[in-house]
Formats: sequence, C-alpha cells, structure tokens
Amino acid sequence: MSSITENTLRGENRTLGGWSLIWLGASVLVLMLHLLRDVFPVAVEYPSAFVIPFSEWISAIMTWLKVNLTWLTRSMTAILDVPLSFALKLLAKGFKFGHGLEAWTLPRLSWVGVVIVAFLAGRAAGGLKLGLLTGSCFLYVALFGKWTSSMLTLGLIAIAVPFCIVTGLFVGIWAWRKPWAERFMVSPALDLMQTMPTFAYLIPMLLLFGNSPVSAMMATAIFATPPMVRATMLGLSRIPSEISDFSEMAGCTRRQKLWQVQLPSARPTLMVGVNQVIMLALNMVIISSMIGAGGLGYDVLLALRALKVGNAMEAGLAIVAIAIALDRLSQAMAAKQARGNVHQDQQERSIFQRYPNLILAIAALVITTLLSFAVPAFAKVPPEITISTARAWKDAVTWVTINWFDVIETFRVTLILYVLNPLRAFCEGFPWAGAVFLLGLAGFQLGGWRLAVTVAVLTTFCAATGLWEKTMATVYLCGISALVACLIGIPLGLMASRSDRFERFLTPIIDTLQTMPSFCFIIPVVMLFRIGDVTAMIATVAFAVVPAIRYTNHGIRQVPPSLIEAAKVSGCTRTQTFFRVQLPVALPEIMLGINQTILMALAMIIICAMIGTRDLGQEVFIALSKADAGRGIVAGLSIAFIGIIADRLFNAWSSRTRARLG
Amino acid sequence: MARNSPAQQGNATSNGDVHRPVKLACRNVWKIFGNGAEDFISRHGGNASASDLVSANLIGAVRSCDLEVRQGEIFIIMGLSGSGKSTLVRCMSRLIEPSYGKVEFEGKDLLSISTEELIEIRRHRMGMVFQHFALLPHLSVLNNIAFPLSIQGMDRAKREARAREMIDLVGLSGREHFYPRELSGGQQQRVGIARSLSTNPEIWFLDEPFSALDPLIRREMQDELIRLQGVLKKTIVFITHDFDEAIRLADRIAIMKDGEIIQIGTPEQLVTSPATDYVAEFTRDVQRAKVMSARSLMQKPGRAKCAGTVAPDTKVSSFSAEIVSAGKPFSVVSGSGEAIGEVHPQAVIDLLAGIDRSAVNP
Repeated sequence: MSSITENTLRGENRTLGGWSLIWLGASVLVLMLHLLRDVFPVAVEYPSAFVIPFSEWISAIMTWLKVNLTWLTRSMTAILDVPLSFALKLLAKGFKFGHGLEAWTLPRLSWVGVVIVAFLAGRAAGGLKLGLLTGSCFLYVALFGKWTSSMLTLGLIAIAVPFCIVTGLFVGIWAWRKPWAERFMVSPALDLMQTMPTFAYLIPMLLLFGNSPVSAMMATAIFATPPMVRATMLGLSRIPSEISDFSEMAGCTRRQKLWQVQLPSARPTLMVGVNQVIMLALNMVIISSMIGAGGLGYDVLLALRALKVGNAMEAGLAIVAIAIALDRLSQAMAAKQARGNVHQDQQERSIFQRYPNLILAIAALVITTLLSFAVPAFAKVPPEITISTARAWKDAVTWVTINWFDVIETFRVTLILYVLNPLRAFCEGFPWAGAVFLLGLAGFQLGGWRLAVTVAVLTTFCAATGLWEKTMATVYLCGISALVACLIGIPLGLMASRSDRFERFLTPIIDTLQTMPSFCFIIPVVMLFRIGDVTAMIATVAFAVVPAIRYTNHGIRQVPPSLIEAAKVSGCTRTQTFFRVQLPVALPEIMLGINQTILMALAMIIICAMIGTRDLGQEVFIALSKADAGRGIVAGLSIAFIGIIADRLFNAWSSRTRARLG
Repeated sequence: MARNSPAQQGNATSNGDVHRPVKLACRNVWKIFGNGAEDFISRHGGNASASDLVSANLIGAVRSCDLEVRQGEIFIIMGLSGSGKSTLVRCMSRLIEPSYGKVEFEGKDLLSISTEELIEIRRHRMGMVFQHFALLPHLSVLNNIAFPLSIQGMDRAKREARAREMIDLVGLSGREHFYPRELSGGQQQRVGIARSLSTNPEIWFLDEPFSALDPLIRREMQDELIRLQGVLKKTIVFITHDFDEAIRLADRIAIMKDGEIIQIGTPEQLVTSPATDYVAEFTRDVQRAKVMSARSLMQKPGRAKCAGTVAPDTKVSSFSAEIVSAGKPFSVVSGSGEAIGEVHPQAVIDLLAGIDRSAVNP
C-alpha cells in the first residue's frame, strides 16, 4: 500500500500537494480505525452475521448442474475420451485386446523411436543443436526411469493442446469480430481464467466430467486456452489494413478473407500463442494429476507426501526436461514462422525428398515399435541402463541438514520471528473497511470512478465471504514475496541492461526458470527449509523473479538510441544518462514487470498451500480434499480478485505514466 | 530523351478526347467520420460547410467530390497527406462506405448493389495496387499472383499459367518461387502490380504505388507503368502525393485539399491556368516545356519559311532543341495534314527561360 502511495506522489508533480494531503489524511483515518478497533468492530472485522453465503449458493448451482447437465458433460467425456485414451495407449500404456489368457497387447510406441522423433523434430525446427537438445531431454527421461509417467503426461498434452488451440482460435476470432463480446464477455472471462487458482476448478471439473483424465484435460483447457485467445485477437488486429483491403478488392468472401488471408498473415503471432499454450498446458497437466490424470505430477505429489525428497526431485527434473524440450521446440517453430518462408528450388521431387524428416520419423517409430515385439529393450527401458539419483539427492540433503542445520535454522527462525510474523499480524488485523477505502482511493486517483468502484466492490467481496483474514494472509505472503522478488529482480535487470556479458550469462538461467512448472520450485526448497511460510516465500520468490528481471532489462534496452545520443550530446555522464533518461523512460515497462511479478507470486503462493501455508490457498486445498465445490470456488474467486485488483491498479498506473511520457 | 513515346501519344490522343465513355464517376461523394455522420449529411441534403462539420464535432475526410474517370485514361488524384485522397479512392472502390453521394461504375450505382454483385465486380473488373504492397507473406510470388484467381475457383493449372504470363509481363521471371520478404521493394511492387492485373481488370486503382520506393526505383517503375499502359490501355485511378509523378503520368489530374477537389484538369491546364494559389504553388517549379504542347505556343501561320512540322499536342520539350538550333518557326500540322499555325523559336526560348512575355508586353 505505502509503496503505491509514494510512487504515485512522486510521479504526480502537478497536484503533488493535493494528493499527498489526501493520502496523509486517509492514512491517519485508517490508522485511527485500526487503533479504535474496539469502538467500531464492524469496520475492522467483517460481522459474521452479514457474511453472504456465496459458497452455499455455488454448491447449490453445482448440484443443479450436476443433476441436469450430466447427460451433456458425460457425453462430452465419452467423446473426448476416445482420442485421449488413444493417445495415452499409444504413448504409454499399449493397446490391450481380449481378456484373461487370450489377452494380448499391441505395444506402445517404442521409447527409442520417440527419442529419435524428438531429435528429428528438433533438427527440423532449429538445426542440429536443437535436435541434440530435445533428443537428449527425452533420453534423459528414459534413462532416469520416468518414461511411462512422462508419456502419460505427454499424451495428455498432445490431446489438450490442439483442443486449446482450436477453441482459443475460434473464441479469439469471435471476440475480434464482435467488439461488444470482447469487452463484456471474453476479456473479463480471460482475466478470471488466468487469475483464478487452478486448484479451485478441479472439483467442479471432477463433478461434471467424472473421475477420468478428461476432467484433467478440461481443467487444463481452462487454464491454457486464454493465451491462444489473446494471441488470436492480437494477431488479427495487427494485420496491416492494406492486406485486408487487398482481400476485399480481390473479391474474397468473408470466409475466404479470414481463412486464406487474415489467419495466415497472423501466423507468427499465433505461433507465440501456441508456445504459451503448450507451456501452460504442461504446467496444468502436472497440477491436475491430483484429480487422477497420473503422470509426472502424480509422482511428485506422492513423493512429496511421503517426504521422499530424492524421488520428488527426480520426477521434478523429468518435468523440467520435458518442459525445456517442448518450449525450445515450439519457440524454434515460432521463430521460423516469424522469419518467414524461404524459397527452395522447385524441381519435381518425390514425397521423400519433400518431407525427409516426416518420413524418417515415421520409419523410426514403425521399425523400433516392431522391433519391440522381438527385443524387450525396445519396448521397455531396460532397468540395467536406468540411473537413479534419488539416493544422491537424499544424501546431499542429509549432509546439508547435518552440517548446516544451525545456519539454516537460524535464518529461518529469524525470518519468521522478526519479519514474517509481525507482518502477518499486521495484515490479518487490517480493518476491511480501511482497505476498501484506501484501494478505492488509489483506484480513483489512477483511473477515475470506474476503477475505484471496481476495486472497492472486489475488495468488499473478499470481506463479505467471511474470508477476510485468510485473504489478508494471502496478501501478506504474496506481497512480501513479490517485494523480495522485485528487490532481487530489478537490480539484476538493471545490471543486465548495462552489460551485455552479464545479460548473456543471465538469459539461459531465467529462460530455464521460466520454463519450469511452478510445482518444481517447491521441491528443493522443501528439502532445505521443510514446510512453512519461509519455504513458500523462497519458492515464490524464485518463481516470480523472472518478469522483474526481464521487463527491467527490456525496458531499459528499448529506450530509443536517439534519446541516449541526445543525452550524451548534452553532456550527461553515463550515470546521469541512466538516471535522468533511461530509467524514467523505462519506468512504465518496469511497472508492468512488477505487475507480472505480483501475479506470478499470487499463483505460486496458492500452490504452496501444499506445504502448509494458512491462507486462501489452504482454503481451496481443503475444499479440494473435501470435494466441496462451493467453498473452493469462493476462495478461488477471492484469490482471483486480489490478482485483478493488483493488475488493474498497476496497469492504470503504468498507462498513466506512459501517457505522460507521450 | 528517355521519355517514352507511347505515353506521349497516349496523352496526345486522350487529352482533348471528351467523347470517351465515362467508366467511373463520383457524384457529390461525402465521407464523414464521427457519430451520426450519415444522419448529419442527409439532414443537410448533401451540402454542408466546413463550419457546420466542426460545430457537429465531425471530420469531413471527403467532401462533395465530383469527378468522372473516362475509359482508358490515367486519372490522378493528387494531394498531400491528410487531404482525403486515400479515403476517396476507397470510397470509389467501396472499401469504405461513403456517407453520402453516388459512385457510378458504367452508370450503375456501386453503393446500391448487393454484396454478391460487388464481389463479382471486384473479382473480374477491378484491380488494386497498394502503397505497402500488401503481399501475403505466406505465399510465393507465383501463388500471390494467382491468389485472386484461386479465390474465384479457377483450377490450378490455368491460374498458374496466367500467373506466369503476368510474371513475364512485369519482368520477374525466375523468381516465381521466391517469397515476398526475399524481394526488394521494387520487386515486391512488381508482384503487387502483376497480382492486380492477373484478373485482367477494366479499372485499375493504384494507391500511392511508388511512394514507398527509393527515388531511382520510383522513376524506373513510373517508366514501367507507362510501358504497361501503352500495352494494356486500362482505365487507371492513380493516387499520389508527388506532383512531379502526377505530371509525368497523368492524362488528367484532380488536386485535393482538406477533403475537397480544388481543380481537375490536364497537366497543361493546371500549369497554364491554376484555379487557386494552392495549385499555383505546386505548378511553380514544374518544367513547363515538358507540360506545354505546341498548340499552346502556336501563333497564326505567318509568311516565314518553316523549318519543320509538329503535331499540335507534341510537348515542347521534345522539339525544343531542334527548333532553337534551326532558328526558324515550325509549322503545326493537325491530324488531317492541315497547317493550323506555327511555333516560333523565340516563344520556345522564352518558355525554357521562364520569361512570361504576356505579362511584360500584353
């Protein structure tokens, strides 16, 4: 709160006196409220008599849906299950025919073949180097004995991703064509889908789609579709108007215009969307393993529950390997699209010459799979060549715990006693009416009445559900983590922007951090700090630091060279140029980075509920284990609203600064 | 002189020819942006002043435009940026719906026809070239050029044969399988031209086709256009902000300012009798000898012996060297062989030197 105040004041020179007095008055008012909590208890703690039973209503709606729409959802399950189980059988389980003694199995695709295909795909998209990277990622998974789990995960992705892409494409086209739909339906829905914690809709999916991988797929679709919708809208709106004019003049019908001109022209942007869909789908498939999708996520979950850190680490690394392979592959394809097509000599060529990689890939799969009838090593990764590092991880942790226990424990306890606990107490005791008032005021200053009302209503919702204390617990943990992430990330970004060498050193690290599914951050931290707020905070900082670094670096570097030249010619030193020119011009971009950091921190804090935080995330988690849809969704909505409030305020702030810079 | 003769003759024949049929006409066309623009202009009966628009908080991009483009002529719409020339040409092709007025294509109102008819007209009878080429990045040169044909459902062999013909026409043979980004700006615009011609349109819109090109390439492309028009004889509506380009290519020019057409005329008419100071400002630096014809310097036939003959529509620049070195008048001979007057070397020298004798010695 206070950081918003200060920065706004600094930026707002014209009415500095006016606004600073208003904020001073408001702060005193809220402080008084805080001190006089016994006089106005209603304004401090939301009266339980007025709690609106949203969760009961939602549960009632869910029950109604379940009763009345089961025929629909279950038939969807039946339809979607066909390709899904085909993919799962093809990649992981094999096809079983018959029963009992006559039963025989058509084997799954041989792991050798799949590794070869990964190599070929990488080579086709980005050259030999990428081929080696993707190939060895898959080989790594095989050698570490995670093949079956990985293929379950991959199978789910292989079906979920096209589903998300097609859905996202159509929704995006519709929203692009109908501005009212974009404004009043699609945009709010996307915001909600992206800020709502993933756990919150696992239960409704289970209720609607039954206990099958299809529910996991639907949950994945909700989480992973929004970037495709946004990419479609962005790509279509970015097409030069001349291209659209041309298609009109060529006499295209509406459909020809869309499919033959506009969508192909938007392809580079669409590919960026595809990359994001793949990464989010992977992230979500891991989380939805909790509702019976199986795969790598389930391995991690089991290991964590049993506190087998070594196994958890191993499964986590397999996830990272798959993530890196998929990310680099789809990024290379997107980059290829963006570079555009290149002509090839056009002699009449056979199919083999035209699609050498495709033919080779199919051949590799068929041959190795056929071989697996005869050679068991092709069917199953032979245990002799698998490696397990679980023991090594465990030993390492044991060693650290024995030798460094005092240091780590001192750090942990100090942090809890002197920083986290006081802050938590302050936040949880914060009067709800005061928060509504202050946030509304900030909204009014940054974006006028509409924003003020939106922010105030959303904040009131969090109080009216009776979850105020838990909301503030989330705000506290999210806030401190985001703050620390910014304190680490922004200086790193600044350093990277001033030194190419440092940037080259940093880029692969943040790339890897960004590809890692959120789940994986918890594992190593749990090993060292066990469970609790400190672990949650450290894992969150590690997860959320990337945008702060990236946006800061990018913001500083994209300051127009002419401005820097102008500064140099005016006689600025390097330091002066930096503080007087680059930093102010880059400020809006840096603020967007902070915004992203907050949103990512929020998403991560919720996942940290698995390791025993006591906030809204825990509420969702409990609801999940009790299969209480209403309770989960209400807590989820509160979390989403925290995110939306932060997002709206920061965006308004950023665009104001941007407008002032011109 | 590098100046091509076919265009000279094209100009010569069409300049005075008012009997050709009108291909495309604008009748009091308005395009107004802002809320309630259509209501506003029909309430004013298609006649609103600039101050009316300002007080109604509307922007008049195109105001009260009347023009007729005749078959086979190069009609140039010239104006600086923001003058409404692009909006006007988009109204003429109905890429933008005009707020008021009529656009007639061979006497038929384009604005009242159905979408299907419009698509049909655009598929077979109109072509358009764009300032930034508007090539489809995912298609090769061949497929870009064949695209309008494939939209019509023409089969592959036929449309590719036609596209290859077009590639030869614009001199891009050997680049059929290149993609747009592999070509230079000039080559890309050649593709744009070939694409717009692939359907063999009757009316050809060129929206600042050479403005995004370097000056040298621009000149080359202008020559190319003159060459193509010599062969194809299309009805051309050409938009430009470059007055020299307009003078070079036009049969007739319409000059636009603030959404209005100020003057329509041949280059010669604009130079000799500009309607406003604004037009005069443009024409001031034009080399008159390239614009003025023998007819405008002609005097009554005298007794002096003539050293040669010229046609009345011949540009002065094309015979100035001969007449000055001969030092004697040239006879101006009409198409039927009759001597209708003569041009004196002194008049040519005055024109070249920029001396206006009529002002000094009326």
